[in-house]
Amino acid sequence: MLRLAMTYVRDPGMAEEVVQEAWLTCLRSLEKFEGRSSLKTWIYGIVMNLARSRKRRESRILPFASLWRRDDSDSRRPTVEAGRFGVDGLWSSPPDSWPESKVLSGETMLRVKAAIQSLPIKQREVITLRDVAGLDADEVCGLLSISAENQRVRLHRARAAVRKMLEEYLK
Amino acid sequence: MTCRQVVELMTDYLDGALSAVDRARFEEHIAGCDGCRAYLAQLRTTREVVGRLADEPIPKTVEDDLVKAFRNWKGKSG
Repeated sequence: MLRLAMTYVRDPGMAEEVVQEAWLTCLRSLEKFEGRSSLKTWIYGIVMNLARSRKRRESRILPFASLWRRDDSDSRRPTVEAGRFGVDGLWSSPPDSWPESKVLSGETMLRVKAAIQSLPIKQREVITLRDVAGLDADEVCGLLSISAENQRVRLHRARAAVRKMLEEYLK
Repeated sequence: MTCRQVVELMTDYLDGALSAVDRARFEEHIAGCDGCRAYLAQLRTTREVVGRLADEPIPKTVEDDLVKAFRNWKGKSG
C-alpha cells in the first residue's frame, strides 16, 4: 500500500498519511464493500483514489514540473536499443546471465526502487499494482480504467526499463 | 520471428495474451535462441526483484499509528 501511495506522492511522510487514511476509510466503509471486486482490489482502489487527490493538491503547489517530461507509456516503440541487433534482427550483442548474489543485494533493491520512481506515472502505477501488489491483469485494467492492451504495453515498457537499469548495474 | 520482434512480445507471452499461432512461433524461436532465452530470464528476474519490494517492513511509526487508530475505531464502534 505504501509503495502504491508513493507511486503518486513522492514524499514518504505524506505517503504514510495516505496509507493510514486509507485504512481508516476501509474500516469505516467495510460494510459498504459489495464483493464485486476482491477485497484487495477494493483496498488498493481506496489507496489510489486518496493518493491521487493528495497528488492533485500537491501539484497545485509544484506546478508544471511533470508536464515537460515526455511520456511514451502507450507507445509501441522498441524497448531494446536497435544497436543490440544486427540488420537481420538477430542479437548482435545478446544479454548475459546475471550473478545471483548481486541480484539479491540490498543495493540492487535500492536501485530498483529508484528506477520505478523515475518511470512516468502511467508505467509506475501499472508495475506497482501488477508486480509489487500482485494484482492480476484484469484487476489492474478495472482499477485504472484502461484496456487490456494498454495495460500490457505499459507493463512491458516499465519492466523493460527496470531490466535495462539492472543490466547496466549488474554488468 | 526475429529476436528484435520476440523481445517485444515477452510481456504478452508471460501474460498468456498471445494467440495460439504467435505463441507457437514465439516458443519455437526461444527454443533455438540463447540470447532470447537469456532476455526472458532477465525479465522474469526483474519481475521477481520488483515483487520483493512488497516484503519491505512497514515503518514502525506507521505501524504504531495504525494500531492506535484501529483501537480507537474499535472502541468507538464497540
